[in-house]
Amino acid sequence: MAETNGHPQANGQHYVGTRTIRPDGVDKVTGRARFGADFNLPGQLIGRVLRSPHPHARIVSIDTSKAEALPGVKAVITRDDFADQPSEFIPAGEMMMNYKDVVRNVMAREKALYEGHAVAAVAATSTAIARRALKLIDVKYEVLPHVIDVVEAMRPDAPLLHDDLFTAGVEPKPEKPSNIAKRVEIKQGDVEAGFKKADIIIEREFKTAPVHQGYIEPHAAVATVSEDGSTELWTTTQGHFIVRAHCARLLGLDIGKVRVTATEIGGGFGGKTVVYLEPLALALSRKANRPVKMVMSREEVFKASGPTSGATVRVKLGARKDGKFVAGFAELKYQAGAFQGSPVQPGTMCAYAPYDIEHVHVIGYDVVSNRPKVAAYRAPGAPISEYAVESVVDEIAKKLEIDPIDLRMQNAAREGTKAAYGPKFGPIGLEETLNAIKKTEHWNAPLRKWQGRGVASGFWFNIGGETCASLTVNEDGTVSLMAGTPDIGGLRASLAAVAADELGVPYDKVRPIIGDTGSLGFNFLTGGSRSAFSGSLAIVEAAKQIKADLCARACKLWEARPDQVEFSEGHVRPLGALAEKVKPMSVADFAKVAGKTGGPIGGVGRINAQGAGPSFGTHLVDLEVDPETGRTTILRYTVAQDAGRALHPAYVEGQFQGGAVQGIGWALNEEYIYGEDGKLQNAGFLDYRMPVASDVPMIDAILVEVGNPKHPYGVRGVGETPIVPPLGAIANAMEAATGVRFTELPMSPPKVLKALKDKGLSKA
Amino acid sequence: MAKHHIEAKVNGDAVEFLCETEDTLLDVLRDTLSLTGSKEGCSSGDCGACSVMLDGRLVCSCLVLGCEVGGRSVETIEGMAKGETLHPLQQRFLEGAALQCGICTPGFLVASRALLEKTTNPTEHEVRYWLAGNLCRCTGYDKIVTAVMDTAAAMRKG
Repeated sequence: MAETNGHPQANGQHYVGTRTIRPDGVDKVTGRARFGADFNLPGQLIGRVLRSPHPHARIVSIDTSKAEALPGVKAVITRDDFADQPSEFIPAGEMMMNYKDVVRNVMAREKALYEGHAVAAVAATSTAIARRALKLIDVKYEVLPHVIDVVEAMRPDAPLLHDDLFTAGVEPKPEKPSNIAKRVEIKQGDVEAGFKKADIIIEREFKTAPVHQGYIEPHAAVATVSEDGSTELWTTTQGHFIVRAHCARLLGLDIGKVRVTATEIGGGFGGKTVVYLEPLALALSRKANRPVKMVMSREEVFKASGPTSGATVRVKLGARKDGKFVAGFAELKYQAGAFQGSPVQPGTMCAYAPYDIEHVHVIGYDVVSNRPKVAAYRAPGAPISEYAVESVVDEIAKKLEIDPIDLRMQNAAREGTKAAYGPKFGPIGLEETLNAIKKTEHWNAPLRKWQGRGVASGFWFNIGGETCASLTVNEDGTVSLMAGTPDIGGLRASLAAVAADELGVPYDKVRPIIGDTGSLGFNFLTGGSRSAFSGSLAIVEAAKQIKADLCARACKLWEARPDQVEFSEGHVRPLGALAEKVKPMSVADFAKVAGKTGGPIGGVGRINAQGAGPSFGTHLVDLEVDPETGRTTILRYTVAQDAGRALHPAYVEGQFQGGAVQGIGWALNEEYIYGEDGKLQNAGFLDYRMPVASDVPMIDAILVEVGNPKHPYGVRGVGETPIVPPLGAIANAMEAATGVRFTELPMSPPKVLKALKDKGLSKA
Repeated sequence: MAKHHIEAKVNGDAVEFLCETEDTLLDVLRDTLSLTGSKEGCSSGDCGACSVMLDGRLVCSCLVLGCEVGGRSVETIEGMAKGETLHPLQQRFLEGAALQCGICTPGFLVASRALLEKTTNPTEHEVRYWLAGNLCRCTGYDKIVTAVMDTAAAMRKG
């Protein structure tokens, strides 16, 4: 018996690598697709959350009696409805979380730690009644001094958020608690010795603002808990198995009794990897004995769901005259929000990952302050530290008068380079992306006054992890595909193409769905650019089982030995002399006789996916600064990124383009703005300014394919790397356009105008 | 106070519904008429996910009150395909991968159709400014703008 991966269909056609129509597409262009807020259950109540108006306050008492007495109110919950949790760290996406903090973040206990922190929730027969009930809840607060800025939060006299938080990662263990949750570091070689060999050293400090993932769909959940504890939950999430685990833990339920269905998800970018409404809806439903639906407003999304860290970053990079980098140091201070767990660890690991540098030392601090707890955001932590490094790399190129692409090429990590964070890279595509950018017409196009061009590279690890997916061959030969990682940007199209090629069935005969938690084994969430990589590995495994089974069935039918049959191009084929006696049988042929040959046909891939190949990208941007207003216009943008192998090129391009534009927003406009009172001043899309269609040009996408040897098709994760280079590329282009090195994000019009005026470059 | 009794046309069908004074047209569409294709992304008119046509004019249905639509005609994403035939914009969005998560897609389609009803020869600049009231966080707009331009070109050819 022989079997092969990804062989063409009987007619020689491949689906992998082509631009198929996504199977979930028609429902999404007709309004049929059901997202989180589109689900309703008979008899459901509406749940609403009471949120703290204070950035930092002790909760003295909560009196819910008046709210409970309001006709139409069926349940009110507070901290008293959740058991406390012991301190225990668990992986959450690419970050770690602690249930002691999770239970406090979903519902404030001793203190409200940020404006918008949930303090109580009600379920009522209508939204209007629920709103009225919230006003009847009497919360007595003892308002405490607050701290918003990360550097201020690190001072010894800063208001303390948690009196049991002692900085981890320092020796000896501190005697006093502080807002510094931990110190992390990576070290390679001896930076002090390295800097002595440098002909040029550039040291700069950078600041970035917290930015929100900005998914257009607010968080939404519908929960129902039966009298016997059977629980169902529909929610918009990047990981319904993770939601199940968290909710079972927080509510003291058996995991097996909790069935979670991931609805269509209206964007996540890392922000839907944690729980907010889900445990509240479940607790309300359990108390009211009715289904409960909860949906966040946009203001709640901004105030109470995770942005990513703002940060202060110091970078020191040394190079020889010929351009070779000899030593790199960085110190990163990342905001975690109200609870520890900023992405500072990946930030430290990514900072110098694109480069082959002998001596590297990066220190990171995870710092709490009175802001919403950060959540993952696309390559969490990486854009911040790599922005700082890419800015300094650009400065070195200018000072040494070396072409910035050549300088990066000279220092680029390549196969065999030992990354400062540990591993030795396998085949990677950074050089290929630099070459691809250099070959574009864009690279040599002319520029005018006030226009500038910038380039930057970026790196992200990508992950694999626990994955379960199934294939079932139906009676008519069609194939049902079930994956367990929510599909945000074309996963079903990619996996259906893999299944079609593996089994040799037409693409439109494969119907992929996202199974609920009762239908498949555990799946880690959609994050870490893992879902197409890991999901396709699981599908290949499931197909392998089917192919082996069909070969065995053929042996029985044909009274043949295993070495007399093989599966290829959608058929079990007789080999040698047997080929003269019997005809090949297709998957559909077996489906017709499934009952007589051993029963239902199917396979389940249950894997812990290993070998996710890291992904590198290089971005090129042209922009123009208006000296009258300080406004920056992006004129032209090109992305080149190593995709390993693009299962669906259009959706891979889409990741490149979308990530680039999120990066443009981060670089130029987006920021959380706080007043002296510690309250967020721009909790809406009008004032939190994400890029709109008229802000950006077309984003040219160049697919570089350096195959990942650990994947049968060569796939690498592609989703996160595209948000890493834009910040540096745009800052570098701003310098080229204005002569000013901006070290603070966002480079918003007021900041740019002020900088131009300070330099006498603007008369406005 | 008693609810308002409203009679209107939605996607060509006569409908009647009861609504509170403060209920938006979006609330009525989604919660009362079960037309959940129009999405609520912000409820402040900034994201365009709830875009519908009201008497032939493009509006954010979160900024219109339900009781304002009496005697008027509302067209939503659910009325865009004719039977089994998708509108050319819907077809082109599918073929051109102009959607990722799809939450903003109904709003973009409704708004794009409104543009192509005004002109079948829009420049890229015009398309970008016309769609500036619709937020998409996934695509970077490239494939959306391309799909609208391609549809317009196909419509010009007839």
